[in-house]
Amino acid sequence: MAEEKKLFKVKIDNISVEVEPGTSILNAARKIGGDIVPPAMCYYSKLQGSGGKCRTCLVKVSKGSEADPRPMPKLVASCRTNVMDGMEVANITSPEVQEARKGVVEFLLLNHPLDCPVCDQAGECHLQDLSYEHGADTTRYEFKRRTFDRIDIGDKIQLHMTRCILCYRCVFTADQMTEKREHGVLGRGEAAEIGTYIQQSLDNNFIGNVIDVCPVGALTDKTFRFKNRVWFLKPVDAHRDCHDPKCCGKTVLWMRGDEVFRVTARKDKYGEVEEWICDTCRFDKKEVKDWTIEGPRKIERQSVISQGHYVGVHKPKDTLVEVLDGRQPKLLLDIHTVSEVNRPEIDLSQIDGPAHSDDFNKK
Amino acid sequence: MGRKLLFDKAHIEGIRYYDVYRANGGYGSAEKALKSMKPEEVLEEVKKSGLRGRGGAGFPTGMKWSFIAKPEGVPRYLVCNADESEPGTFKDRYLMEFIPHLLIEGLLISSYTLGCNSCYIYIRGEYAWIPDILEQAIAEAKKNGWLGKNIQGTGFDLEIYVQRGAGAYICGEETALIESLEGKRGNPRIKPPFPAVKGLWDCPTVVNNVETLAAVVPILRIGGDEYAKYGIGKSTGTKLISACGNINKPGVYEIEMNISVEEFIYSDEYCGGIANGKRLKACIPGGSSVPILPANLLLKTAKGEQRMMTYEGLADGGFATGTMLGSGGFIVLDEDQCIVRNTLTFARFYHHESCGQCSPCREGTGWMKRVLQNIENGKGKMSDIDLLWDIQRKIEGNTICPLGDAAAWPVAAAIRHFRDEFEWHVLHPEEATKRNFGLAHYADPLEIAAPAAV
Repeated sequence: MAEEKKLFKVKIDNISVEVEPGTSILNAARKIGGDIVPPAMCYYSKLQGSGGKCRTCLVKVSKGSEADPRPMPKLVASCRTNVMDGMEVANITSPEVQEARKGVVEFLLLNHPLDCPVCDQAGECHLQDLSYEHGADTTRYEFKRRTFDRIDIGDKIQLHMTRCILCYRCVFTADQMTEKREHGVLGRGEAAEIGTYIQQSLDNNFIGNVIDVCPVGALTDKTFRFKNRVWFLKPVDAHRDCHDPKCCGKTVLWMRGDEVFRVTARKDKYGEVEEWICDTCRFDKKEVKDWTIEGPRKIERQSVISQGHYVGVHKPKDTLVEVLDGRQPKLLLDIHTVSEVNRPEIDLSQIDGPAHSDDFNKK
Repeated sequence: MGRKLLFDKAHIEGIRYYDVYRANGGYGSAEKALKSMKPEEVLEEVKKSGLRGRGGAGFPTGMKWSFIAKPEGVPRYLVCNADESEPGTFKDRYLMEFIPHLLIEGLLISSYTLGCNSCYIYIRGEYAWIPDILEQAIAEAKKNGWLGKNIQGTGFDLEIYVQRGAGAYICGEETALIESLEGKRGNPRIKPPFPAVKGLWDCPTVVNNVETLAAVVPILRIGGDEYAKYGIGKSTGTKLISACGNINKPGVYEIEMNISVEEFIYSDEYCGGIANGKRLKACIPGGSSVPILPANLLLKTAKGEQRMMTYEGLADGGFATGTMLGSGGFIVLDEDQCIVRNTLTFARFYHHESCGQCSPCREGTGWMKRVLQNIENGKGKMSDIDLLWDIQRKIEGNTICPLGDAAAWPVAAAIRHFRDEFEWHVLHPEEATKRNFGLAHYADPLEIAAPAAV
């Protein structure tokens, strides 16, 4: 019988968990799950060397380990700090951590354009989630935000550096997924930008994965840009026989009706892809006949995307009259009495399909 | 005259060259170490000397050396940090320019102690002429059998390489320096693992400042115990201070760490007092990143004692009423200097030098600079001062490397001690562009809290 591995006992926000040595605090927290999991904008479990940069996952180590119980002097990045036996960590129970995280979110949003209404990432953007959860209502920054021109890197990917938070995920992806290095960070400090040095040079078959790993809308799929909002699409799991040995062929198709709007890899609840897919699957197979559809993709309940996710929804048995205890619903307002542009001959309840601007046209 | 250990022979004509250096007792310490001592014995001497890192943090060198991992069959490296980029600091430049053999001898002894066979001097790009001096000295040492294979017949091999940086402040941080040395972008690594375990090319590495490595030579010459008798308490030995600003005699001085700040500024042996008969307003005693102190707190501690030029003396009172010895870049400001402008200069520097890897520093330094610019240009608001305080608080301690702290501390200290001046700038925007706040009360004697009655 194999020797039993000694597990480390860790306490995160007073919840105990046993993990293998070498696990990071973040992954130990993910093992517990729930709201004690620190947010991570730059860490990506599938990418070697990622993490430690965005500083949103800072936690307080209130007890170093059983052997050395001293607390760590500074807040540590939980994604890059490994657990020790007997370690005690405070995340949401520490006001200091909450304060620091609020600061980091403010810093991340300083130069972010906040153009969510026109951003393709809206609805599945990690920065959006993060700022809703930890950000302030308004910014205290009164200066001009930095902007960059949009660049096409390759013919299928657009880079909009203005939105970038420099998490380096795409750099690691390009480094680790592709044969030759062609993607990196240019410049320094505030002027740092993701660059390929020679534009349009990204032509290998896995570079599309940078779109999936991007936590914000800096890298977007040009075949999908402005085609649709993600929450209007229905995600379905699908697979195909892909000939590329590195590609798993298991994807999510984002559909509306019979039309496939985009193809992405399958992502877990932390927004990380389960397995990488190749660019052929992502960009070129946009018809239902290319795929074997498995069924609807399970989307987290709190995500805005789940609003179009109708599986398992029960139709209420009560009719409106029953809910209102027998009272009939009353007409609150006849739109014709207040609006001058309506054609009075149109009865809105009678028109076929949703109302249209034509229906309100006087001409 | 204060006793000197590093510059004791600096005045000798031609000490830059091997023959003169050797004729004046040079390489004596290396000879002693290599021929008659085991590496452990040298380490023991360095530990006994109490030598502390001269680059800024003041970490005990002997302890740092004992941390180096020693796995079988893996090379170890010694890297000399000559990326002296801290505004106000120019002590290493003097050492390398005028006594390069002292550094080479120090590198030889240190490499022998650590068991390194390759050693790198990472020098800042702006010191464009110094690599030539160093390489010339290395060639001389090699010719005379102090470098290369089988040094002086002891069987120890050592090669020293000089690598020029491209002029980035961040590459003075040890892990960024290692990255840069490997030919990558100079982004600090996330610690742990520490360089002592995984440094240059994933091998155990020690990174030390130029002055620290040079100080190993006198330690071996006079012995660790004797070295520890210099200075006060835990601040042993001598320290190079590069003094600049509004003083009569700017320059690099070697001080024994037992003199007071007052003596250093006003004594004719050192700075020679404030220039043009002005009065002292403030001082940044350890390079731009350490907290600035007003004259009254600089000369006397909060307890009313004389402030000493030692690690402990300058740090007395913590950041509330103290500062740090840092790298020894001693910047003196007289009554005509504007603290707001000075803080803006530093903020601009850190904004320019931030590597952009982690968010608080990348975004925060630029924000601080812009707010300070507003205050300086008469567009500031009262709330900006609190905003600055809040920004620096959120940068400090939340970044990967100490550059975030270094950017936050000068702003914090300026607001802590000179809030009046910031407020005056906000309230008198017109006047502030024409004249300075002046000395105000910053040199007034402090009220000393009476000791609590027993």
